[in-house]
Amino acid sequence: MSTNMLNLTLKVWRQDGPNSAGRFETYQTTTIADDASFLEMLDYVNEDLVAGDVEPITFDHDCREGICGTCGVMINGQAHGPQRGTATCQLHMRQFRSGDTIVIEPWRAAAFPIIRDLMVNRAALDRVVESGGYITVSTGAAPDANITPVPRDAAEAAMDAAACIGCGACVAACPNSAGQLFTSAKLAHLNLLPQGQAERWSRSEAMVETMEQYFGSCTNHGECQEACPKEISIDFIAMMNRDYLKAKFTNRRRGGQRKSG
Amino acid sequence: MSLQLDSRIPGGALSDKWENYKFDLKLVNPNNRRKFTVIVVGTGLAGGAAAATLGELGYNVKVFTYHDSPRRAHSIAAQGGINAAKNYRGDGDSIHRLFYDTIKGGDFRAREANVHRLAEVSTNIIDQCVAQGVPFGREYGGLLDNRSFGGAQVSRTFYARGQTGQQLLLGAYQSLARQIHLGTCELFNKMELVDVVLNNDGQACGIIARDLLTGELSRHAGHAVVLATGGYGNVYFLSTNAKNSNATAAWRAHRKGAAFANPCYTQIHPTCIPPSDEFQSKLVLMSESLRNDGRIWVPRNADDCGLDASAVPEDARDYYLERKYPAFGNLVPRDIASRNAKTMVDQGLGIGPLRNGVYLDFSHAIERLGADVIKGRYGNLFDMYERITGEDPYKVPMRIYPATHYTMGGLWVDYNLQTTVPGLFAIGEANFSDHGANRLGASALMQGLADGYFVLPPTMAGFLAPRLGESLVSTSDPVFEQAERDVRDRIDQLLAVKGTHSVDHYHRELGKLVWDYCGMARNAAGLEKALSEIPALRAEFYKDLKVLGSAESVNQSLEKALRVADVMELAELKVRDALHREESCGGHFRDEHQTDEGEAKRDDENFMYVGAWEWGGSDIQRDAVLHKEPLVYEAVKPTQRSYK
Repeated sequence: MSTNMLNLTLKVWRQDGPNSAGRFETYQTTTIADDASFLEMLDYVNEDLVAGDVEPITFDHDCREGICGTCGVMINGQAHGPQRGTATCQLHMRQFRSGDTIVIEPWRAAAFPIIRDLMVNRAALDRVVESGGYITVSTGAAPDANITPVPRDAAEAAMDAAACIGCGACVAACPNSAGQLFTSAKLAHLNLLPQGQAERWSRSEAMVETMEQYFGSCTNHGECQEACPKEISIDFIAMMNRDYLKAKFTNRRRGGQRKSG
Repeated sequence: MSLQLDSRIPGGALSDKWENYKFDLKLVNPNNRRKFTVIVVGTGLAGGAAAATLGELGYNVKVFTYHDSPRRAHSIAAQGGINAAKNYRGDGDSIHRLFYDTIKGGDFRAREANVHRLAEVSTNIIDQCVAQGVPFGREYGGLLDNRSFGGAQVSRTFYARGQTGQQLLLGAYQSLARQIHLGTCELFNKMELVDVVLNNDGQACGIIARDLLTGELSRHAGHAVVLATGGYGNVYFLSTNAKNSNATAAWRAHRKGAAFANPCYTQIHPTCIPPSDEFQSKLVLMSESLRNDGRIWVPRNADDCGLDASAVPEDARDYYLERKYPAFGNLVPRDIASRNAKTMVDQGLGIGPLRNGVYLDFSHAIERLGADVIKGRYGNLFDMYERITGEDPYKVPMRIYPATHYTMGGLWVDYNLQTTVPGLFAIGEANFSDHGANRLGASALMQGLADGYFVLPPTMAGFLAPRLGESLVSTSDPVFEQAERDVRDRIDQLLAVKGTHSVDHYHRELGKLVWDYCGMARNAAGLEKALSEIPALRAEFYKDLKVLGSAESVNQSLEKALRVADVMELAELKVRDALHREESCGGHFRDEHQTDEGEAKRDDENFMYVGAWEWGGSDIQRDAVLHKEPLVYEAVKPTQRSYK
């Protein structure tokens, strides 16, 4: 394994604040090692900018291991860039060739307003979870962990969905800025488990309707699945749609029984 | 100064202490709980669990995170698993055995009572998490599966693929989200603590926070303040910590009077990917669970180190952990595995392009079990390794090397998890309490959740109950005014330097110094050199730092500068502590103190204590005052750790 140095042209979206006009700035780099990660490349560019008295590019990042979901930019029009199943921080420069031009933009979605440069506000995702993305169990109330066997397939499928890192790439990749993949992943995680059944229908209705307050509509493009760094399947969206439909009937019937009782 | 260390460890038999103590603690009536405001800083496993639980109980909780969402705290990156004394395998585990393994793993430098409590509540944690919907790994019968981890001879580690930390954190985050929805917890995201505020009696009464999006400083009052702000691993610059993880909250608390305990105890994790170049920004850990099936080796002969691994025949390989520690083999505790890797590389036996690693080889396991089984166990870790290095670990051995991972030292706390400042609590990695001089794998998640779900809530009630009727200190009180003014001065000072070097430059330099002289092995000469160089670097930082932009908007350089300023001071205290501790124990290895076989040699006669430092002034090596909390072992007899 040997290190090669890359010459790159970067076109980076710069925007001073939420209400400022944005613009592309062009930066040349000559000494980016192909062992570097994409974010290390940006660190390096920022060091250069600071040396030249230009304010560094603002971008969100934290764990740099592909798990916290903090980072994420559009790279040549693709959320998280060209490598499948890979968050921006895990993308390495050996995916690029010397001489390449790389266009770097923030997530593009009305639900994610730009804060500065490449940083956006993704609070809408938290609002969706707060509306029902949990199992109600107060600390101390839990029975023994092995009292309810969970079929291994169900646990594995729930884990597939729970692997979501909440980065928002699915929304950014969608031509409609829909939040279906994110919402359905949380719903599937909880709705597939025996522990999640008691609140299944109320959860499904509440989360879907909260999602619709912030995000666009799903038209089955499937771009979300392609962009997802955890390769979460759009099958979960089908499950959500079915659960939502059923929830509308179940919740109405239950509500009616309550009233008559 | 008048600092007193009273550990408040209750009397009675070890196994009865916590139960009896909980009964003795005062309670707060459910209707009175909403009259109390508790500030929780940090939303990792400890902070998220504490905030959610306090909210469920009915307290008025204000919870702060510098992330955009509570779910992003660095607990999320923990891979391998969480220990609990469930004994679901029937292989001889028990609360007492988990307690004993943890005390022994910590090289007899942790408190017996705290560790026993941790082992007791470990089983409740698994129950709680399963009920929350954490998708732990299961067997075909639907019951929970376990794996084994370093430093234990039983299988007691629960896991969710290689993303256990993520799943546990999402469980805590979801519980917190429920409380936010219900209005018991108020979330302040993208808000960083920049100072702790004390009232005129020296009791914590609130915090100053900085809004990272607008730069605005705000004042928040609470009846108690809980710091769940993680460790100080970023003192090394290169570590497995997230880039934003920082020690500012703990250090600010220390400067306000909270004793800082055992800062020299840091854990170097044996299985990380070695750095590839000087621009490396962080090190990525590969879960310790890989040591279950991977075999660690280096070539016997330095001439073979440049060859491809496959070109080195079996008899020319040294499986040095299996050779030296036949009973535990590749599953020795982290400090031992790390130090042995360093010894091999220092002897010129390192492998890889920079000769800075050792092999972790899966070929035998793949031969024995098949690639599919290995893929099922570690698939995502193998994928991650390939993305980072460009090498396929199914075909060639992984290259690994130790990296800073966890800090056992932290704010000194008593049995209630309260610091030496009344009303100021520290939980999770931010405190020092349970891991002694070395933490066992899969125990950090256990401790974070134990503190947050099960230990802090009752002790918090005990603290608040006698204060019923006390009103919050007004945020226009002079103590808040002064604290905010001090923060503003710090910010102005950093922006005014207008020098030539970026914050990262200084952080990197600091990291190099601490790694070279206070890393896996330390000696007096090196530590003294670091003690002369760190203050010089600090002086240069304030003379030649360059932070562009303003304090009134997003300014990531300013955020970093505030954090690096604090961690530079912490670094000096850490080295000072390492110099004073004239023994080797756990993660603290002094070259001068080793057995004939090169193992850590403790000095129980002179150093069986917690070293808690009191802030004395900004000339840290001169002014810091050492206080000692003797460690008393009643249930276990300290021995020299042996994993042979």
